[in-house]
Amino acid sequence: MADSFIIETDELRKNYGPVEAVRGLNLQVPAGSICGFLGRNGAGKTTTIKVLLGMARPTSGHVRVFGLAAEAQQASVDIRRRTGFVSDDKDLYGYMTVEEMVRFTAAFFPRWRADLQQRYLRTFELPLDRKVKALSGGMRTKLALLLALCRGAELLILDEPTSGLDPAMNEEVLRALVAHVASEEMTIFFSSHQIAEVDQIADRVVIIHRGRTVVTGALEDLRENFRRIQLVFDGEAPEPALRAPGIERVWRQGRVLTILSSAGAERILDEARPLNPVSVDVVPVTLKEIFLETVLTED
Amino acid sequence: MLLRPNPSSGVPIYLQLMEQVKHAIETGALRPGEQLPGIRPLAEELVINPNTVAKAYRELEHEGVIELRHGAGAFVSGNARAQKLTDKFRAGQTIVAAAVERLRARRVTEEEIRRLFEAELAGLSKRGANDG
Repeated sequence: MADSFIIETDELRKNYGPVEAVRGLNLQVPAGSICGFLGRNGAGKTTTIKVLLGMARPTSGHVRVFGLAAEAQQASVDIRRRTGFVSDDKDLYGYMTVEEMVRFTAAFFPRWRADLQQRYLRTFELPLDRKVKALSGGMRTKLALLLALCRGAELLILDEPTSGLDPAMNEEVLRALVAHVASEEMTIFFSSHQIAEVDQIADRVVIIHRGRTVVTGALEDLRENFRRIQLVFDGEAPEPALRAPGIERVWRQGRVLTILSSAGAERILDEARPLNPVSVDVVPVTLKEIFLETVLTED
Repeated sequence: MLLRPNPSSGVPIYLQLMEQVKHAIETGALRPGEQLPGIRPLAEELVINPNTVAKAYRELEHEGVIELRHGAGAFVSGNARAQKLTDKFRAGQTIVAAAVERLRARRVTEEEIRRLFEAELAGLSKRGANDG
């Protein structure tokens, strides 16, 4: 496995008793990227994150983080030392004040970044003397994120970092993540239900469905390669035997033939032109459409 | 300069940025020698991935539209390439204006004109059906 990948999994499987939570996951997250991890509820996102952090042992397959095998005891300690993790329940001590919580956490990390701490306390507008248990959901999220950002980690793993945030706070958090990646040697892997935010800040995307990778790659490549092609015919649309690569789906409806391609439109158009369509439209496919197409299919 | 890519449109963001920078040069909003925002501040301002901004700048440099100077940032090329963009655009504007004028005279609506242009650009409209 190449070490330019911060996270790499190969045919990762994780069973809980008879339940196959993850069943063949292939991840490759390059250094310096922001990778969005999409999937429906129960698709295996949280299980995957637990395995990456060494909090759950894979049933089979390989997991490497920083090139270290996550299933090995010592390596997983090392991985967690170098990784900032924010769980979806934002584990914090409710009886501490914000200031105490920050000071308490900082004591554990020799590479703690006091400069970033000052910056994020300011931009996130966190009330220093308020008890953590009295914080709103959005404030808790921002505090948890601050604690993860300031510890000098090389990798941030975030489980739905923006859930419960209002749109303004959401943008603020995304901006902080973008700024962080731009200024530090840092890789971010985050799960999300917000396709729009993955669209906005990620450069890599992984879509997991029923424990398997269904789409993975550079987001700009997906945008460049996915196309919806609509052909209109004079009479009933033909049932063409297309051999072009990357045909994901074909729909026929009356005079209209629609093709979803993951490999551009040209080859398909070359094959479709002899069928004499009266009109041809090629439109980009959004990440949301890609997501819905891949997770709403039966298997 | 107005740089505002739409991340959810399905069009690669770096291509949108490239188009918007070129358009700013075409219209004269950006002139040869002028500086573009840095990769990091621009990524932060637009809240998009810094690697995406970097890719747009690299491609624009490759096309000779901008120059990346180490440590100093990105600048609109002082060479003929940037000037040519402006000239080409101005000349094109004249041709398009004339075509739109003629279509309007035939009572073709704005929406229809837009669709005609799009179909023509897609290279799929029937040839030889041009108006005489």
